[in-house]
Amino acid sequence: MSELRNVSSNPHIRDRITTSRIMLTVVAALLVPACFGIYNFGFRALVLILISVASCVLTEAVYEILMKKPLTVGDFSAVVTGLLLALNLPVSVPFWIPVVGGVFAILVVKLLFGGLGQNFVNPALAARCFLLISFTSIMTNFDCDAYTGATPLASLKAGEGVDVMRMILGRTAGTIGETSVIAVAAGACILILAGVIDLRVPGSYLISFSVFVLLFAALSGRSVGGSYLSAQLAGGGLMLGAFFMATDYVTRPVTKKGQYVYGLFLGFMTAVFRVFGASAEGVSYAILLGNLLVPLMEKFTMPRAFGKGGERS
Amino acid sequence: MKNNSPAERLYNGIVKENPTFVLVLGMCPTLAVTTSAVNGLGMGLTTMVVLAFSNLVISALRRVIPDKVRIPAFIVIVASMVTMIQLLLQGFLPALYDALGIYIPLIVVNCIILGRAESYASKNPAIPSLFDGIGMGLGFSLALTCIGAVREVLGAGELFGFRVMPASYVPFSIFVMAPGAFFVLAFLTAAQNRIKRNGEKKGKDMSKIQSGCLEDCTACGVSGCCGHAFYGDSGKKEG
Repeated sequence: MSELRNVSSNPHIRDRITTSRIMLTVVAALLVPACFGIYNFGFRALVLILISVASCVLTEAVYEILMKKPLTVGDFSAVVTGLLLALNLPVSVPFWIPVVGGVFAILVVKLLFGGLGQNFVNPALAARCFLLISFTSIMTNFDCDAYTGATPLASLKAGEGVDVMRMILGRTAGTIGETSVIAVAAGACILILAGVIDLRVPGSYLISFSVFVLLFAALSGRSVGGSYLSAQLAGGGLMLGAFFMATDYVTRPVTKKGQYVYGLFLGFMTAVFRVFGASAEGVSYAILLGNLLVPLMEKFTMPRAFGKGGERS
Repeated sequence: MKNNSPAERLYNGIVKENPTFVLVLGMCPTLAVTTSAVNGLGMGLTTMVVLAFSNLVISALRRVIPDKVRIPAFIVIVASMVTMIQLLLQGFLPALYDALGIYIPLIVVNCIILGRAESYASKNPAIPSLFDGIGMGLGFSLALTCIGAVREVLGAGELFGFRVMPASYVPFSIFVMAPGAFFVLAFLTAAQNRIKRNGEKKGKDMSKIQSGCLEDCTACGVSGCCGHAFYGDSGKKEG
C-alpha cells in the first residue's frame, strides 16, 4: 500500500522535518533531565532508564513482527515513551516495573489503538497511572540511597516548610526526571529553540495552575504567598508534565484556541488535585483527563475554512 | 441440531449468541461484580435461575399478556423472580449476597432478561424458552467466570480463592478495580473474534459463531438495546 494516504489538494508545505527528526530532538531534550536524574540518584537510575527504553522499543518491534505490520521503531517515538516513563518512576522500583509499564504503554495504549498518531492518551502517562494504581506502595516509595522521607510536595501538603532552592536545583526526593526544574527547563529550551514545541500549552498551563492553586489554597484556609507558589511550581512533575507530556503532538488539541483551553483546563485540574486531592501530586491524572477531552476542545475551537465563513450555523 | 430443540437453545446461548462476548448485553453486572471468579460465577448462576424461570413463566403466559402492556408485565414477572432469589441468597448464601450487593436487585433491569423475554420467550413455547433461558444464563455465567478468573489471577494472584501464582508475584491491583474489568472484557472479546477469524481462514464454516453485531437490525433480537438502530445504521440494510 502506498505511504501517501488521504493527501489533500495543494498547496502543500514542503519541509525537511520528519517524525524521526522531531522524536530525536525530544530524545535529546529528555536526556538533560535524564542525565541529571542519573547524577542525582546514581547508577540504578541509568539501568531503569535503559530497561524502560528497551522494553518499549522491543514491545513495538515484536508486536509488529508478529502481526506482520511495517516496522515503525525507526521513528524513535517508542524511545521517547520509554524515556518519559522512566523519568516518571521513583528510583527505588524493582526492575520489572519499567518492563510492565513499557509493555502496557506501547502495546495497550499505543499499538492496539493503531500506533503513533492514533493513541488518544499519552502512552507514558497512561502507563505511569496504570503502575501507580496497581502498585501504589512501590510507586510512591521515594526512599533511596540519596534521600529518605517525604517528597517536597508531600511536606508542603502536610504544612511543613520546604527548601525551594533545593527543589529548583533538583537535590530532592522524587521520580528520576522530575526533581530538577533547571534540568527540565534546559531540556524544554532545546525543544522550544528547535521549534518542536511552542509555549501555548505549557504557558497557559503554568499560568492557570498558578492562579488556581493560589485561589484554592486561600479558599481552604492556608496562608499563601510567593514561597508557597514557587514551591508548588517547582515541586513534583509539573514542569516535566507541562513541557514534555502536555505538549505531545498526538494528544493535545490541534487548534490554537483549543491549546489555550487545554492548558487552562490542565492547570485547573492539577490545582484541584493538588489542593483538594488525597495525594500530593495530580499532574499525570490532570493530563490524562485533558487528553480525553481533547476531541471536544477541538470540536468547539475548529476554525472555519477560508471561504466557508459568513453563516453561523 | 433441530431448531428450538433444547440442545440447540443451549448451544445458541453459550456459544453462538453468548450474551456477553457476542451480544455485549448486561455490561453493568459484567463489569462490576467480576472481581473474582466466585463472584462472577455467583452472579451468572443467579441470573441464570431468574432468566430460566422468567422465560418459562412469560412463555406460558404469552397468550394471556396483552401486547400493549407486555413490558410492564414482563418486569413484574422478572421482579418477582428476583425477589425470591434475593431472599433465598440472603438466607442461604449470605457471603455471596454481600459480595453481589446492589447487583442482585438490579437483575430486574438486566438487558439480557428483558431481551430474551421480548425476542424469544414471548414468541415461543414454554420448554424451548426454559432451555433458552438456561443456555443464555450458562453463557453469561461462563463469560463472567472467565472474566472474574482472569481478573482474580492477575489482580490477586488467586483463583477461586486458592493461591495460584508464586509467592513472589506482586498482584496488579488495577485488575480487581474498575479499569481492569474493561481491559479483560476487551481482550477476551478480541480473543474470541480472533479464534473465529482464524477458523474462517482455514476454510472452516464459522458462520454458526457470530461475533459482535452483524449490523442487520431487522434480524437482531436486541436492536432496541443498542445504539445502531438509533444512529440509523440499519437503514443501509433495510433500504
